Amino acid sequence: MTEALPVLLVFVPFLAGLGQFVLGRAVPWSQQFVSGFNLLLVLLLLRAVAGGEPVIADLGGWGEPLAIHLQADGLATLMLLLTAVLAVAISLYAIPAFGGHARSAWQFWTLWPLLLGSLNALFLSRDLFNIYVTLELVTLAAIPLVLLAGPRKTVDAALRYLLFALLGSLIYLAGVALLYAQAGTLDLALLPAATPTGSLAGPLAAALIITGILIKGAILPFHIWLPAAHGGAPAAVSAILSALVVKAAIYLLLRLWTGALEPLVSIAAGQLLGLLGASAVLFGSWQAFRQSRLKLVVAYSTVAQLGYMLLFFPMAVTAAWQGAVYHGLAHGVAKAALFLAAGNLLYYLGQDRLEALRGIDRPLAVSLLAFGLAGVSIMGLPPSGGFTAKWLLLTASLQTGQWWWTAALVAGGLLAAGYIFRVLRLAFLQSAEPAERRDGPVPGRLMAWTATALALLAIGLGLISAPLLDLLGDIPGGGS
Amino acid sequence: MSLAYQAMPLWVLLSSLLAAAVIFALGEGRPRLRIGINLAAALIKLVLVGIMLLGVRAGHEFIVRLPLMPGIDLVLQADALSMLFISLSALLWLATTIYAIAYLEDSPNRARFFGFFSLCVAATMGIATAGNLFTFFIFYEMLTLATWPLVIHRGTQQAMRAGRGYLCYTLGGGAVLLLGIVLLHGLAGPQDFVAGGTLVERGESHPLVLTLIFALLITGMGVKAALAPLHGWLPTAMVAPAPVSALLHAVAVVKAGAFGIVRVVYDVYGIELTQALGMAEVLAIAASVTIIYGSLRAIWQTDLKRRLAYSTVSQVSYIALGVALANPLASIGGLVHLVHQGLMKITLFFCAGCYAETHGIHSIDELDGIGRRMPWTTAMFTLGALGMIGLPPLAGFISKWYLGLGAVAAGQLWVIGVLLASTVLNAIYFLPILHRAWFRPPKQADDSLAEAPVGLLGPTLFAGFAALAVGLFAGSGWSPLAWVELLVQREYSP
Amino acid sequence: MSGIDPFALAAAGLMAFGLYGFCVCRHPLRRLLAINLVGNGVFLALILIARRLPDGPDPVPHAMVLTGIVIAVSATAFGLALIRRQARPEDDGND
Repeated sequence: MTEALPVLLVFVPFLAGLGQFVLGRAVPWSQQFVSGFNLLLVLLLLRAVAGGEPVIADLGGWGEPLAIHLQADGLATLMLLLTAVLAVAISLYAIPAFGGHARSAWQFWTLWPLLLGSLNALFLSRDLFNIYVTLELVTLAAIPLVLLAGPRKTVDAALRYLLFALLGSLIYLAGVALLYAQAGTLDLALLPAATPTGSLAGPLAAALIITGILIKGAILPFHIWLPAAHGGAPAAVSAILSALVVKAAIYLLLRLWTGALEPLVSIAAGQLLGLLGASAVLFGSWQAFRQSRLKLVVAYSTVAQLGYMLLFFPMAVTAAWQGAVYHGLAHGVAKAALFLAAGNLLYYLGQDRLEALRGIDRPLAVSLLAFGLAGVSIMGLPPSGGFTAKWLLLTASLQTGQWWWTAALVAGGLLAAGYIFRVLRLAFLQSAEPAERRDGPVPGRLMAWTATALALLAIGLGLISAPLLDLLGDIPGGGS
Repeated sequence: MSLAYQAMPLWVLLSSLLAAAVIFALGEGRPRLRIGINLAAALIKLVLVGIMLLGVRAGHEFIVRLPLMPGIDLVLQADALSMLFISLSALLWLATTIYAIAYLEDSPNRARFFGFFSLCVAATMGIATAGNLFTFFIFYEMLTLATWPLVIHRGTQQAMRAGRGYLCYTLGGGAVLLLGIVLLHGLAGPQDFVAGGTLVERGESHPLVLTLIFALLITGMGVKAALAPLHGWLPTAMVAPAPVSALLHAVAVVKAGAFGIVRVVYDVYGIELTQALGMAEVLAIAASVTIIYGSLRAIWQTDLKRRLAYSTVSQVSYIALGVALANPLASIGGLVHLVHQGLMKITLFFCAGCYAETHGIHSIDELDGIGRRMPWTTAMFTLGALGMIGLPPLAGFISKWYLGLGAVAAGQLWVIGVLLASTVLNAIYFLPILHRAWFRPPKQADDSLAEAPVGLLGPTLFAGFAALAVGLFAGSGWSPLAWVELLVQREYSP
Repeated sequence: MSGIDPFALAAAGLMAFGLYGFCVCRHPLRRLLAINLVGNGVFLALILIARRLPDGPDPVPHAMVLTGIVIAVSATAFGLALIRRQARPEDDGND
């Protein structure tokens, strides 16, 4: 029975998406069933994986070298859980958000389940080439979603996103080809044993694979496509992209680094990735601080927050592993809340210039509260998931004696406080003239409370970390 | 003992937390209900604290332990030291709530204000009952976040600047504190607060690291405790409404910092280790410098609340000084000042608020002849000011007396000089105000009686008389002094 | 697989050429073409790798190339549609 769960997780959303497509019009409620069912499946999977053994589905029953496996271990299950929870919230949020426009609504309700299925497939894949296919599926489902915002400039953003994503996946594929030439297998579990070390081609393949993923994950030198795409998309889509899609790339990096590529990576490479991460944290936070549009602030914040997850690579101890993954979860939830809250503000004000936020309060109090609460997690202040992750990463940096990462962690937290409070303070500012009545529609309860629920969850993640970290377990292979 | 009884610290915490949640949920719409909930929560908390006080006095220790992270627990406990802080905060919260309700009558965004106000007190309760440094830190940062909206409540440019300064200082301090805590965890694992400290054995093997950690912890706490040169946020934060100033100066923020220093010295490092590391003297000197510096700066302030703010900078360091002298008598003086300073300073800020609300008086030279128009308020102000100077038998005198005795016992005679200098400086900046208020003729022709409204005057009188009472009845068995003596006895006789 | 294989040279050349084009060209159409060059280089390399087994070609890389080409074609089509929409003056937005 449990072997069917991974399969269902991939196929149910796909079939739902295709169904929407064939139907030709928007049916929002069916997606609610799908996301609910998806969550149920993940919870069942969670129970199965909690025993310590991964759940493996052998598609077609082909046996070892040829087979395509879907595998759910602790890490994959946590990512699936994050995806499933966010999917429920975002699907609810999207009902009012995409309600009126027939065409874009249909496109959204078609593409979103496809993206969900692709993400699930990516997390469950145990095969380098399968991962390539799912990465492309994720990209091709995600980019059209960016376009749903309508204005013409998102076309530029989407195009740039597409070009970078394609380049990234081709570089990744080149690495996979090179690795296959040496190891003769694509299965993640078989690769470490099959990979000959010593030749130059192995590390080169690893470098290509990692570079490809970094481009997809928008890590510092390759981040340039992200802010415009994430900032320009509709709020629900921005939440999906920032919380899940780029996270999927970093997930892959964690997975491959500790598994398939383990014999090929070096300490220097780890330090280099850490350096990229730390630079991303500092640069992204600084850029977020300088933006004058709300959604760009949040988008640059994603650039920064992804950097924290890279700090695992130089430290590579249990605390760093747990910290990096937990940061992924906490950031996913908090960032989705931030984007949904920002979407509500945008919905009401009709624009997202920061000055427009001056003195707004009453109709958006709940959304602002959500923004503030999610901000607590982003800043890494207690009690919140972000804080738990930061604590673990700090512990790791002191444990390994690599104190320079401590500096990045602390500075990143303070810079994050800078850009979050810069937004919040505007809401408290007294406007010089009496608060004008804006005629924008007030975001409904569903929109306000889904954002708040996610923000509360981001705080709550600080209180329930023990079972989740338990599920995650130690670094696969015991670390080096 | 039943589980519910054992979990008292949790209920005390939740009484404010839930009040905050309900107030936020209610929104601006129903002021009467909100006020009712606010007062009910304050009263319930007071009752709960009273029950706990009886329990702790009888020797019971309340501990709640919730696992938070692998290897790290959220620990809430009520020992004698917690009760000292918690009773003060609970009592003054009630007074401040009543005061704030009257003070903010008909002003906008009250739900927001009272929501964060309750959150603030919840954080303070958490700080007071925190059973380890990790828990302490959680609430310490929560206090920062909950206070910020109160500081900028008015929404003016000036308030925003004050808010920014406040955040820069406190978040920076929080980061330093976090570093210290993480380092300590790495070195010694999770540390519950235990009288006498738990690090003594490690003192010999890692003196340097422990000194560094101590410096980080005290710097982090020192920001909130307004130790010079980390005090910069406090005087600018006085732009906040008067009840917030009372909260900052007497009930919550500054006290949280001072309380944290006490915890670190007593219950993490232990007095012996602190002395062995040579940090006790450093702390004593830092506190002394702050005492003198704050008083000197206070003299030149023309704004009433600003002068009071610098006075706080100076007075709160008495607590750190008492702790740093590391001897029972000085400890009594320092700890009891936690309560005494709180009561006196809240009286003074309440009075300043009364002046500002009733007659729009902010600056000291506008106070001429105010004693005739507002005799009760001015009488309370006089009580507070004289107490601060240390006139016997008022509360401030008791603190200074024990500090002085402690300094002699510790052989640190220079501290007597600091105390004397501080007393003289206190007199220099308080007596002219009293002289103006009582003996100068009013500037305006109108000198009819115009007292503050009851809602403001009531809490002011309450606080003023409480400040008087803790001094007059210091010898009774239920005074803060008696409690502190009990506490110090436990601390020094392991 | 000894000596310098002209096919390997061609694959590496295509990839390098494509990467260079991606970095140098600004116009999205040129960039899309550059990406296709990289893609062709990678596919060629995969076909070369299929020769690694002594007895006949390895089917796995062939399967990979086929899948890769399908993905590349559809992604390119999508990219071209986007470029067209970008080039077109603002109008109804149908495509």
